[in-house]
Amino acid sequence: MSAKIWSVLQQRDGEIQKISWEAVRAGQALAADLGGSAEAVLLGSGMQEAGNEVGQCSLGSVHVADDESLAIYTPGRFARTLEAAIATAQPDYVLFPHTYQTVDFLPGLAQSLDAALVPEAVSFEIVDGSVVWQRPVLGGKMLASVRAKGPGPVLVSLQSGAFSADELEKGSAPIETLSLDFAAMAPDREILGIEEAVGGEVDLSQAPVIVSVGRGIGDAEKIPIMQELADALGGELGASRPVIDSGWLPRDRQIGSSGQTVTPKLYVAAGISGAIQHLVGMKGSQVIVAINKDAGAPIFNVAHYGIVGDLHEVVPAVTAALKEASES
Amino acid sequence: MRIAVCIKQVPDIEARLRVSGDGTWIDEEDLSFVINESDGYALEEALQIAERTSGEVVVFSLGPERVREALRKALALGAARAVHLKDPAFLGGDSLSTGRALAGAIAAGDFDLVLTGSQSDDVGFGSTGTVIAGELGWPHVWLVMGVELDEANKKVKVTREMEAGMNEISNLDLPAVLEIQAGLNKPRYASLRGIMQAKKKEISEPGPGDLGLAPESLGETGAKIEVLSVAFPEAGKGAQIIEGDAETAARTLVEKLQKEARIL
Repeated sequence: MSAKIWSVLQQRDGEIQKISWEAVRAGQALAADLGGSAEAVLLGSGMQEAGNEVGQCSLGSVHVADDESLAIYTPGRFARTLEAAIATAQPDYVLFPHTYQTVDFLPGLAQSLDAALVPEAVSFEIVDGSVVWQRPVLGGKMLASVRAKGPGPVLVSLQSGAFSADELEKGSAPIETLSLDFAAMAPDREILGIEEAVGGEVDLSQAPVIVSVGRGIGDAEKIPIMQELADALGGELGASRPVIDSGWLPRDRQIGSSGQTVTPKLYVAAGISGAIQHLVGMKGSQVIVAINKDAGAPIFNVAHYGIVGDLHEVVPAVTAALKEASES
Repeated sequence: MRIAVCIKQVPDIEARLRVSGDGTWIDEEDLSFVINESDGYALEEALQIAERTSGEVVVFSLGPERVREALRKALALGAARAVHLKDPAFLGGDSLSTGRALAGAIAAGDFDLVLTGSQSDDVGFGSTGTVIAGELGWPHVWLVMGVELDEANKKVKVTREMEAGMNEISNLDLPAVLEIQAGLNKPRYASLRGIMQAKKKEISEPGPGDLGLAPESLGETGAKIEVLSVAFPEAGKGAQIIEGDAETAARTLVEKLQKEARIL
């Protein structure tokens, strides 16, 4: 049996994000391993240029749903469009970039198609002819291997960075228009607007050094020890989500999928366990130092240097060692 | 407002984890369990709305006997009563079969709003609330950062977190399902009085038959995916661990950053 694999791209104002190209690459890789064909799907309004861009990949075809009603994302219209397209073409696997938009509509799509849903996969392997997906569980401390059971399509969202857009195979693919009854698809929410979240004052993306603090700090009153280390390194202070949610630092210091993405020369993560939502925002840093009392914390898997210990002791010691080194 | 809140009890993942005997999950013995973080924020939001609107909060949870403790805690915080889906037919499911069971239990009541967390800290599908919405045929929003109720017009204005520091603002018709992002509010602590009162509050335990649900559509049998194994990520490519007491390790680190990584 030849498998049909679809990758659904996400775009905003015709601009396709990197994570979508990663999903296309994953489709190509899965098609190669399973012996099938990879195709792509694009939804939006005024998609001609974007469609042509996707058409420059090695794909069986690019299906484009181009309609004014798809100009702004709503789960109702996006899920109903894909439901109709998938029900007609019957792909075996449909891959999505694991974005907040995907998570918003994908479970409902799986439900209406009676399809298997594998959220946030980071890799796959073929075992005895079936596809086994790996996905992080327990805050990224462990990886679960899961497999779809029963008939029907398998819908998978792929975590950022799981596949490399650089490995995308170029080629030429025919563009096919998805003719659907868009007027019959009702949005299930009325979009009032898209606005910038408050507090985007600090641009951490340009900082050469970032000292980031996580839940392990335990208390807002201990933040100054982190600031002292940041000052000693000539860097900026960053934080993982729990620190921001607790109100210990303002939101513009947040690094990760719902905050800023940074790639400094040096990234120090103290008291940060390393949930995937944080890792996607900092794993491109040149040198990563992790300080955590839990030797099993996933942050140590991406770090270059690690110290297993209490940050309340280690961080001031590093600050002191830096001062000592600069004086000698 | 009558509000249903779905909570999940999850293991405290700060603890040292061991793979279970059958290799498909962690050994739960000796672990402590807590209410899933974002579910705690959902419960707090529901309690605040109920207080403002002279409403009522009913808390739902699916899981084994230990889950009763999480429900007791929610009752101590102010929920009026609880529903515990503990029948073995409910257990071991994916988000599709779990959401189906919870929606069945919620449908048996008369609710204006369902609140739940956006994602569990253990399995992390981030899907169950959306599935509940689909089963009920209600609109939903995932990753909610703001809730403004318009009781008179039976609408709710919702702020959804998007990537890259943007928010989507939308209006939904009630009844609706909102999946709350952590950080929305300041969850309260239980008072002594609340803890005492909770002991007298009802925890009902309906089975699939009571909810009119076919057992084969639920739990592990009704799931569309199966977990084959869990494992720790491969070690080896990780960090170079610097040994010694805090001072020694700090000095070694600074030296390595200067001479090995050459970035200082």
